[in-house]
Amino acid sequence: MSTIEAEVDSLRAEALEELARADSEAEQDVWRAQWLGRKDGRLTLHLRSLKDAPPEQRAAFGKSLNDLKATLEGELEARREAARAAAIAALSTEAVLDVTLPGRPQSLGRLHPVTQTMNDCIDAFADMGFQVFEGPEVEWARYNFDAVRIPEDHPARDMWDTIWIDTLIDGERNMLLRTHTSPNQIRVMEQSDPPMRVIVPGKCYRQEATDATHEWMLTQIEGLAVDEGVRMSDLKGALYAFARRLFGDERQIIFHHSYFPFVEPGVEMAIDCFLCRADGSNCRTCHGTGWIEILGAGMVHPEIIENAGYDSSRYTGFAFGVGIERVAMLRWGIEDIRHFYQNDLRFLRQF
Amino acid sequence: MKIPLSWLKDYVDIELPPAEFAKRVTDAIAEVEGWELIGAQWDPKLVRVAEVLTVEPHPNADRLRLATVDAGEGPCTVVCGAPNVAAGQKVAFAAEGAMLIDGHTGKLSELKLRAIRGVESAGMVLSEKELGLSDEHEGILVLSEDAAISTPLVEVIGDVVFDVSTWANRADLLGILGFAREVAAVTGEELRQPDLSHSQSDRQVGDFVSVTNEAPDLCLRFTASIIEDVQVGPSPPWMQQRLVRAGMRPINNVVDVTNYVMLETGQPLHAFDYERVRGSEIGPRRAHEGEILTTLDEVERDLDSEMLMICDGEGPVAVAGIMGAENSEVSESTSTVLLEVANFQPGSIRRTSTRLRLRSEASLRFEKGIGPELAPFAQARAMCLLEGLAGGRPATGLVDSFPSPLPSSPIALPAARIEQVLGISIEPAEVIRILLALGFEVSETGGVFQVTPPFWRTDVALPDDLVEELIRIYGYEKLPTTVLRGALPEVPPRPLERVRERVRSSAAGLGFQEVVSYTLTSSEILGRVVAADDQERGQPLAATNPVASQHTYLRTSLRGSLLTAYSANRRHEDVAMRLFEVGFEYIPAQSTLPQERPVLCAVLGGQRLERWKRAGTESLDFFDAKGAIETLLEDLGVEGIFTAEEQFGLLAGHTAAISVGDESVGVVAQVYPDVAATFDIEEPVFLFELWLEPLTRVIPDRPDYGPPSRYPEARRDLALLVPADMPAAPLLDVIRTHRVRGVRITVDVFDEYRGEGVPPGQKSLALAVRFRAEDRTLGEKEVSRIEQGLLRRLEKDLGATLRA
Ligand SMILES: [Zn+2]
Repeated sequence: MSTIEAEVDSLRAEALEELARADSEAEQDVWRAQWLGRKDGRLTLHLRSLKDAPPEQRAAFGKSLNDLKATLEGELEARREAARAAAIAALSTEAVLDVTLPGRPQSLGRLHPVTQTMNDCIDAFADMGFQVFEGPEVEWARYNFDAVRIPEDHPARDMWDTIWIDTLIDGERNMLLRTHTSPNQIRVMEQSDPPMRVIVPGKCYRQEATDATHEWMLTQIEGLAVDEGVRMSDLKGALYAFARRLFGDERQIIFHHSYFPFVEPGVEMAIDCFLCRADGSNCRTCHGTGWIEILGAGMVHPEIIENAGYDSSRYTGFAFGVGIERVAMLRWGIEDIRHFYQNDLRFLRQF
Repeated sequence: MKIPLSWLKDYVDIELPPAEFAKRVTDAIAEVEGWELIGAQWDPKLVRVAEVLTVEPHPNADRLRLATVDAGEGPCTVVCGAPNVAAGQKVAFAAEGAMLIDGHTGKLSELKLRAIRGVESAGMVLSEKELGLSDEHEGILVLSEDAAISTPLVEVIGDVVFDVSTWANRADLLGILGFAREVAAVTGEELRQPDLSHSQSDRQVGDFVSVTNEAPDLCLRFTASIIEDVQVGPSPPWMQQRLVRAGMRPINNVVDVTNYVMLETGQPLHAFDYERVRGSEIGPRRAHEGEILTTLDEVERDLDSEMLMICDGEGPVAVAGIMGAENSEVSESTSTVLLEVANFQPGSIRRTSTRLRLRSEASLRFEKGIGPELAPFAQARAMCLLEGLAGGRPATGLVDSFPSPLPSSPIALPAARIEQVLGISIEPAEVIRILLALGFEVSETGGVFQVTPPFWRTDVALPDDLVEELIRIYGYEKLPTTVLRGALPEVPPRPLERVRERVRSSAAGLGFQEVVSYTLTSSEILGRVVAADDQERGQPLAATNPVASQHTYLRTSLRGSLLTAYSANRRHEDVAMRLFEVGFEYIPAQSTLPQERPVLCAVLGGQRLERWKRAGTESLDFFDAKGAIETLLEDLGVEGIFTAEEQFGLLAGHTAAISVGDESVGVVAQVYPDVAATFDIEEPVFLFELWLEPLTRVIPDRPDYGPPSRYPEARRDLALLVPADMPAAPLLDVIRTHRVRGVRITVDVFDEYRGEGVPPGQKSLALAVRFRAEDRTLGEKEVSRIEQGLLRRLEKDLGATLRA
């Protein structure tokens, strides 16, 4: 063995031994500077001193040193790779998380349950070609009552207990908080021509004592379709689609006779009780009848069509009105309507 | 209306069980709200009719007696405490084991017999209380004499009483007979008619009384009849029982008959003591302004000249169609009865009863509209019953003022209209069957039905009214579900709705919880957030008849509602809260409806949540509010300009007005601490508002799109010294609008600093300035040159210098 080889062997042994002791990334960096540093690494210095070596040995010595450099770089890389792998492995062994601990809290906002339900109702009817129209909450008595065939001296006025606005115009009190969205049937017909398919969402007000099922401020959606060839069976079809969309695909609906001055014929619609499925139990929601009333509807009264300037022998229409709170109560099993406008976050956050 | 099934069965056969009957009625006639079963707990074997044979004193007790009764199994002895027990009575008898209401506990329990004061009792003679009929327990229940011994009691007085809610336009459904007619039409059974037969004496009604109708516009018909020699006394048990079950109080046989006939036919009647009708004359006239009458309920009524009264020869004896007066009431001593059956203009009755705040069973019927032809029918029925129950001799004839009978005119209903409205056709034979069953006259020629409504159906006037009659009886379940046909209407743009729903969902996305508050509030709460001299908001509209005083005023600001909700939730929330509401400000307008101005209002405050769901040390501040609103605007595709502002209720120096383009679109602020304190909010609380209408005018229809730049941007961080009171906005404006050879400059502030290293009276703003060209990569040198130019301009225009 030549002295060169012996010298390179001893360098290799020394370098690898030191590398084996360099566990941390920092120690490995120090080792690298010491041996492979560009300025004064020991191996670098050896390589630089090659030019002083006897010419006949220079080539062999150079090859040995370059081999050694490659070896050391390779070993360093392997050592680093091993350290990285060990660190990652340690994450799964020593730095294990308790994944059952809670996450870092984020702020979550939600839409009010009445808004959510309203949006779902609007979507259901929008898919049938209905567009949204809006009218005022503070309304003229003539739109709220007279124009929808509820004259002042008619007992039908008792169907809606009214909150009046304390403003006299020409000595008369004729402004009120609309008791239903139905005056918008008139407003829509004043502003557009058939074919009409509109829904009118909005708040309504009743002068009414509150209890678990009655609230004085409520949210309704009114629907109106007027055209040649609109039939009561179309009304049933539209409401059937709506009921299934909101309450599930198996829902059945029935109409039964009712009276609203602005429709003829007038009906109330009920859906089959999905809570007790009419099992004959003493169901709180349907009172054991198996049916839950959810809305009033009917064919637009021919006088209203005529008053709007259309020939009622040619044009027919249907109208309906849905109480949104009632729909929300049914779909989520809410037991008391008074929760909606108390704004208690413990209630609102559940939807 | 309470409808006893037993009464209904006088006129139509009904075999359906109560639940099924209720459903059929609800589907086609009127809504059955519930029903009460009477006698369901009476065991037919144990609770039966018995006859009292003898009554003797109890040997060991003064207040008890021994009754010998026969309940079909021979005489047996019963100990009885009731004072009214008497031989010959038909009574309700219970044997051991019967389920009865315990007189002491009021609960249903099993009858156990024991010796009372040494005498064994074979059973019990029952009071109404033990049967669960009423609280009456002083005396035993006495049954009709024709009740047969040993008949199960439930067959004699058991019943089902339906509670039915009828319609505002159907007076005929407020009568058993009218209701029975509908039931017959639904079930196909035959309708029976009541007995109208009675004798007529040789005296004419006209010899007793004359009628003058001074108000034929308000009184459409006025009939009077006379019955002499009546015996006023209690009406028989069966009649009292029916009246009670229908919800009326028995008074005496004459008054009871008038009530009974009203409940049966729907036609109100009024009985006068003929001797007390002065001048042998009677009739309607308008009241004099300010005239006063004391009605039967002992209330003095102030009348006006549009109110109709019934007067005798000297003065008023009744408010027409509503309530009689005390002065002519039938009493024990009455022997001749004048029976008035009239018909009044419905609107007039309603107006008067509303003005007098006096609703009666009569007015509830008259105001819905009753056919004037019903009057003689009710007269005959009442005479039939009076003669049978109170004795007496009906005088012959009727005094009848019927100034203008309306000829009934047929309605033409083309079969095609039925199909046009419903979407299905109904067999002509079925059309005719249904209409006949409901009392209409009908004929058909060439596909058109000629239909004449009966006098009691004042609500039917149009062909479509008939279509409703047909489909409800035919059955709505036969109506198929079909899909709307025809063209879809045009869709007008709805910018406001678009903006509103967009900000609503964005606000929720930013962690704000939507609330919905009552829109009526109190002046006190409004006054905390709106200045009294505020031209638009200071004079809110008020409700005349609010549901409660704290809901009197239509809110002209949402701030009070949000702060109220914030405060109420603070009681159980200990970390940051973010709430918003989208609603209207109701801004009063001169002589017209108020402007309903849509606003999004949000409030926020409290300590930021930390890792362990714990309140952190840092609280939400002005810049959380501002950041939220900036993000909402960014989502709409616009950028807000914020300028310092002072406003009522908001903290000066912590309030900014927001504008976009030329429009003011909102405000962001800390709520003035004293104002917050009036809502019991002790911590800093912030609010912002976005005004949705002006926003619709400035938001772009679509985003201002440009492709992402292919060239990198160069960033330079600058620390600038500016006067401490100078807002950042003008500085940023200068930088953003600086233009050099197509280079776009954007800037963000990343720090504001005062203190050590910054001269007094100055602050340091740290800015990240970015330079970008659309067509080239900017070199170091070019960026530096632009930067130097920018710095020179900032120094010259605003006195800003580079911090050393
Ligand atoms: Zn149910």
